[in-house]
Amino acid sequence: MRIALAATCIGDALFPQAPQAAVRLLERLGHEVVFPPGQACCGQMHVNTGYLDAAYPVVRNHVRAFEPVLDGEFDAVVLPSGSCTGAVRHQQAMVCRRAGDDALARRADAVSRHTYELSELLVDVLGVTDVGAHFPHRVTYHPTCHSLRMIHVGDKPLRLLREVDGIDLVELPDAESCCGFGGTFALKNAPTSTAMLADKVTAVKQTEAEVLTAGDYSCLMHIGGGLSRLRAGVRIMHLAEILASTLDEPVEVGGPGAHATEGSAA
Amino acid sequence: MSTATGPTSTNPVFLGVPHPREPLRWGEPFPTAARAALDDAQLRRNLGHATSTIRAKRARVVGEVPDWEDLRDAGAALKARTLARLPELLERLEENVTARGGVVHWARDAAEANAIVTDLVERTGADEVVKVKSMATQEIGLDEHLASEGIAAFETDLAELIVQLADDQPSHILVPAIHRNRAEIREIFLERMGDAPAHLTDDPAALAEAARVHLRRKFLSATVAISGANFAVADTGTLAVVESEGNGRMCLTLPQTLITVMGIEKLVPSFEDLEVFLQLLPRSSTGERMNPYTSLWTGVTPGDGPQDFHLVLLDNGRSRALADDVGRDALRCIRCSACLNVCPVYERVGGHAYQSVYPGPIGAILTPQLTGVQSHDDPNATLPYASTLCGACYEVCPVKIDIPTLLVHLRARDVDEDHARHRPTGWGAAMRAASWVMSDGRRMGTAERASGAGRVVARDGQIRSLPFPGSLWTGARDLPAPPRQPFRRWWKENR
Repeated sequence: MRIALAATCIGDALFPQAPQAAVRLLERLGHEVVFPPGQACCGQMHVNTGYLDAAYPVVRNHVRAFEPVLDGEFDAVVLPSGSCTGAVRHQQAMVCRRAGDDALARRADAVSRHTYELSELLVDVLGVTDVGAHFPHRVTYHPTCHSLRMIHVGDKPLRLLREVDGIDLVELPDAESCCGFGGTFALKNAPTSTAMLADKVTAVKQTEAEVLTAGDYSCLMHIGGGLSRLRAGVRIMHLAEILASTLDEPVEVGGPGAHATEGSAA
Repeated sequence: MSTATGPTSTNPVFLGVPHPREPLRWGEPFPTAARAALDDAQLRRNLGHATSTIRAKRARVVGEVPDWEDLRDAGAALKARTLARLPELLERLEENVTARGGVVHWARDAAEANAIVTDLVERTGADEVVKVKSMATQEIGLDEHLASEGIAAFETDLAELIVQLADDQPSHILVPAIHRNRAEIREIFLERMGDAPAHLTDDPAALAEAARVHLRRKFLSATVAISGANFAVADTGTLAVVESEGNGRMCLTLPQTLITVMGIEKLVPSFEDLEVFLQLLPRSSTGERMNPYTSLWTGVTPGDGPQDFHLVLLDNGRSRALADDVGRDALRCIRCSACLNVCPVYERVGGHAYQSVYPGPIGAILTPQLTGVQSHDDPNATLPYASTLCGACYEVCPVKIDIPTLLVHLRARDVDEDHARHRPTGWGAAMRAASWVMSDGRRMGTAERASGAGRVVARDGQIRSLPFPGSLWTGARDLPAPPRQPFRRWWKENR
């Protein structure tokens, strides 16, 4: 398949290891990955903060970048994020209609029908759960709110993780409860957000995992920021990074910093 | 009613929320009230325990219903249909209540409703009334208004009694005293009830017995009762109250006069519609399969029950909410409080942080719509932001109110009003700048190169401290330093 990667704004600017890993993984599985260079952001941050007018040009740019999927230029669009996928499916058309652009709303809807979150693409579209990954580490998985309750990925990420060779996958207590990120909620209601984060960090530590994984780097940035502040010694990694890791090209968990994958990819 | 020692008491138990002038607008913005609540260790423990217990109970009994999702669809559809035909159905209700010997009154707002009820009580000559637990009368501050007119209102729901005795405000729709534990309740009873046994323990059965004895005297002497209503059937004029203790049933059957105050959205078209809601409500609210006391009455039955029945139909902002084609979904609410019990924000900050008698996710969308948001400084303007949009509320709502979507809608209304009044805000400027950058791949790439400067302030790959407003993040969390090679550049150099 020819798959267009939407890197997500946060993946592009702050956590390139996630889209890089998605590229390595999909190419390893025999697919061609393209990166439409006009892409920037899905518009979710603006929408969720109430700036729907300001979201409109952002959404328009996203739709324009990925609408070649409608002409068969690529077969699918993949997003390594549950919440961005949710925004594409449940917010973009509404933003366009509100701006009076019904034509764009229809195109946004059409593009969204070809857009998949990473675990959806792998399990539902490509039909794989064993992606040939090797990752000999203790890992716990946080199901992010939007992947769980907005796009309903269910246990797809766990089915993928369970097939990873060498993994020691442990259940996260109270996994389905929100980490307290909520986009600008983390700033507008920082004390409440922090109270939620404290409980999530405690749950992660209880698992004695080396790695906390999830399908969204936004939530991981929040939980990881708390873990790092407390020097908890738990590494955050996107699901794609674990699935991209192989015996020949392992993704390292040791070593300092969050960008160890930068050199290893490619 | 102010029963005893009043606000001068030094006992910390009695540091309840003072009675607000407006029951739907207590005064503090949500972030301020939440910050104070977060530091209350006793509250945090009480809430954590209570919400996790009731969450588990609900999940258990909902899980055993094979057609639960169909029931939710039916409940949502019935409520949507009712709201679409509300004026016509209300007139039909009035017709049928009147035909069966009741009297219907219409109240535009809290002041009108309070005046109508006061007048009705005064006409009976009573200076005491017993009350069935009711959100509508909380919403209008009826107890306080009656007290100011020399009429004592006695709450008979156990949790409402606790709140009233402590001179406090409710913090939950179903369990108004959820912020109290049994040790606190024992102290409140001992100090404020007047007739609590001296050796009262904090055993739940002993506490319930003390309340039972205390309330029994009121039931036997009261001549006027005031209730709310869970449902009203337009086709038959039947009112319904759903409760767990039987105290409501006492109030609805023993006194001579019954006055019911009901929000106009509580309507269902026909009697058989109750079948859906009486399945949805108990499992969603108390986690029970069937509701213990379901009282239904239609007008007046000669020689049986109250002989004088008045129904006060309350608008109080509902018509305004109904006029908003997205916001109106909040009027489907059947006050089960499932959304409160699953909300991670409510679980940490409790009900008082929402500064309204309607707390939690439903309060965050209902309160600002009922009051309207008067100005940018209106504390209710902060309510739609009191959520991470995690979606747990929508998942459990028995009438499928898409609370996250309504929250975003109300945020957008808030932002648009600022914009329309040309009121510049820091958020607005930041969001417009971000929109310019994030709507173009090249501008995004340029911004990524510029943000690389962030690496200067990082140590070990993490930014640990930033000046305001970045400090809102770094106050409690690190931020990874921007990478040397953003993805866009990596792609260009490697593919």
